[in-house]
Amino acid sequence: MTRTMAPGVVEGYLKVAPTVTRDGDAVTIDANGVYYKQLNEAVRQAIDAGAATVRIENVNGQRYIGTGVKASGVRIEVHGTAGNDMAMFMDGPEIEVFGNAQDGVGNTMNAGRVVVHGDAGDVLGYGMRGGRVYVKGDVGYRVGIHMKAYENLVPIMVCGGKARDFFGEYMAGGMLVLLGMNTQFAEQPLVGGFTGAGMHGGVIYLRGSVEPWQCGKEVGIFQATEEDMAELTPILADYAEAMGMDIEQILAEPFTKLAPFSHRPYGKLYAPM
Amino acid sequence: MPTSLIQPEFRVKIDYDKCHKCGRCVQQCGWGVYDFNERPIPDDSKCRACHRCVTFCPAHCITIEKNTLAYRDNDNWSADARKAVWRQAETGGVLLTSMGNPKPYQRVFDHLVLDACQVTNPSIDPLREPMELRTYLGRKPDSVEVEPDGKGGFKLAEGAGLANNIKLDTPIIFSPMSYGSVSLNVHKSLAMAAERLGTLMNTGEGGLHEDLYPYQDHVIVQVASGRFGVNPDYLNRGAAMEIKIGQGAKPGIGGHLPGEKINKEVSGTRMIPQGTDAISPAPHHDIYSIEDLRQLIYSLKEASGYKPVGVKIAAVHNVAAIASGIVRAGADYVYLDGFKGGTGAAPQVIRDHIGIPIEVAIAAVDQRLRDEGIRNQASIIAAGSIRSSADLAKAIALGADVCAIGSAALMALGCHLCQSCHTGSCSWGITTQKPELTRRIDPEWGAERLVNLVHAWSHELQEILGALGVNAVESLRGSRERLRSIGLDEQMNRVLGVKPAGL
Repeated sequence: MTRTMAPGVVEGYLKVAPTVTRDGDAVTIDANGVYYKQLNEAVRQAIDAGAATVRIENVNGQRYIGTGVKASGVRIEVHGTAGNDMAMFMDGPEIEVFGNAQDGVGNTMNAGRVVVHGDAGDVLGYGMRGGRVYVKGDVGYRVGIHMKAYENLVPIMVCGGKARDFFGEYMAGGMLVLLGMNTQFAEQPLVGGFTGAGMHGGVIYLRGSVEPWQCGKEVGIFQATEEDMAELTPILADYAEAMGMDIEQILAEPFTKLAPFSHRPYGKLYAPM
Repeated sequence: MPTSLIQPEFRVKIDYDKCHKCGRCVQQCGWGVYDFNERPIPDDSKCRACHRCVTFCPAHCITIEKNTLAYRDNDNWSADARKAVWRQAETGGVLLTSMGNPKPYQRVFDHLVLDACQVTNPSIDPLREPMELRTYLGRKPDSVEVEPDGKGGFKLAEGAGLANNIKLDTPIIFSPMSYGSVSLNVHKSLAMAAERLGTLMNTGEGGLHEDLYPYQDHVIVQVASGRFGVNPDYLNRGAAMEIKIGQGAKPGIGGHLPGEKINKEVSGTRMIPQGTDAISPAPHHDIYSIEDLRQLIYSLKEASGYKPVGVKIAAVHNVAAIASGIVRAGADYVYLDGFKGGTGAAPQVIRDHIGIPIEVAIAAVDQRLRDEGIRNQASIIAAGSIRSSADLAKAIALGADVCAIGSAALMALGCHLCQSCHTGSCSWGITTQKPELTRRIDPEWGAERLVNLVHAWSHELQEILGALGVNAVESLRGSRERLRSIGLDEQMNRVLGVKPAGL
């Protein structure tokens, strides 16, 4: 039997342009059955044409939403499940996901804000340099690896649930916060092993406590001081507002701070020839 | 107790009868070899045999000699091996070195010879006849579509698939070397030369300094595991983007640019604070599989309006299978870096013992991609000690589209291969950020020398092609029939796909 492919089929996906409806400076895009390339083209076109709000409906795992988009005053709403590498390299926009997000949210992100009203996957905020990522629920492995700060760019990520191994590995700057509140893994530890391994900049705040075995040898474990809380509280207040949570409840537990011993953990490793 | 058992490697001899006592050597040496007390007095232990003082001495009265210490003969325990043990017993550290692998491994290029036309087919004179070196870097279409050109002939159809290729006037590009490992003046020299030559330079993983923006159409911007300086602006400026997975000099390990080299300008280009170590993790933590690699390739394309994306890997044992995966992941080119490739800093044990020769990697990858019918989907860039136009021609005959030169380019700028880049005190002003040293390279002078070198190699390549009786470098590409081997064993001949001389 011979099978004929529909015209425009790419790797099993229909190459169709999504339905786009415009209402003033708000644009609504129906992502149902649309391949990521055509979806993101439509998003970029809408932003280039001056849309202030882009509402994407029926999102079902399409990748790269908001990836590489440089714009200010733009809001992208994702209704459904966002695919991998959402907001990668993003520089400015705000993305709000009404659902879960997959891996790589905020990968190498420069500026902007991502709010996920659900859980998210692995490798969030890898090499993130600025902006904020807020996740309501649990996150996976390798979250916040190599986050870094530069001058006025300071990345901040707050995860409301629990996290797995390698949280904040190689971290070079910025702030990573884990609350352990909105979790589906009540019996499991707040965070996995190798937390902050190789960390040489920035700070990690954990609501609750960790055991030394969970942390890399490059970080010190401290009780958050009043000064620390003064730095953290406005960020938590912003997070609580975005998530519709009660800030008092978040602050009801003491926080633990992880900070690196050195900005140069490997400075003495080598013998120059 | 002595502070060190290691004796100086070199002896600095000054013929004081000829010496002008001008102090030029004191001023030129980046390593602090010379003291001056009525005449220059060298400290042999600091000398790295970089010949900066020798070159600039107006009296030609300085000689650098090997310190011929009579180590008791022992073929097994070489002097180097003994010195390494002493150094590690002193420090407990990982031995750090730079440039390429200097060990006496077999150099396959030196066992390959090229063909020429005699009697039965005519050779071509490239001085008087056209000889095409133009090369297109990127994915080629599966089939060629043509349309009538209106003059009774045919031309390539609009959008026939070459649109996303980068046109190179010669199959030589400059290899990635980051700003940080080399100075900004070196980067400027490379960028200016690339523009004049109609070819490419590569940022390495240290970001793109704004002084290079005017040359951005001739720049490949690299994305490595540290993601230094990577943002949408950076990606959109480059002619192509390159995902750096590995480097021939240090396959499988990351990089640490020491805090001392992160001055204000380097910090701004990398977008990291001054004085902290710039640590590139060993892997990209968002790439643990070919599928993940595909995800990153397409995220870069999405972020840049679908510009070409290449992937650079170190040549290692399974290079053919890995390259196949990279091509299937959607890369527009695969950059293979052989084990003799250079570095600004690498652990000696890694540099000298990991990876495979580039010649073998080119042949294996080219054959594998042909066997799988996907050779057209990506170009192959080969690097890792391309020392001459002969190496270039042989690499192309083995299957490379383009060769990248790094060490040779630095040598054009004065590098004397003293293998001390990691010290940050390069007397030639190349691998340093010290302003009193970096100003030793004038970008205009550097660009001219680089242009001269690439022009010379290109002319020689044209001569080789003429001798082979072909009028375009395209005709040599992967044409292993035009190579023969001398002194390679049968197995190596099979891997290279080359017959022994005489057959």
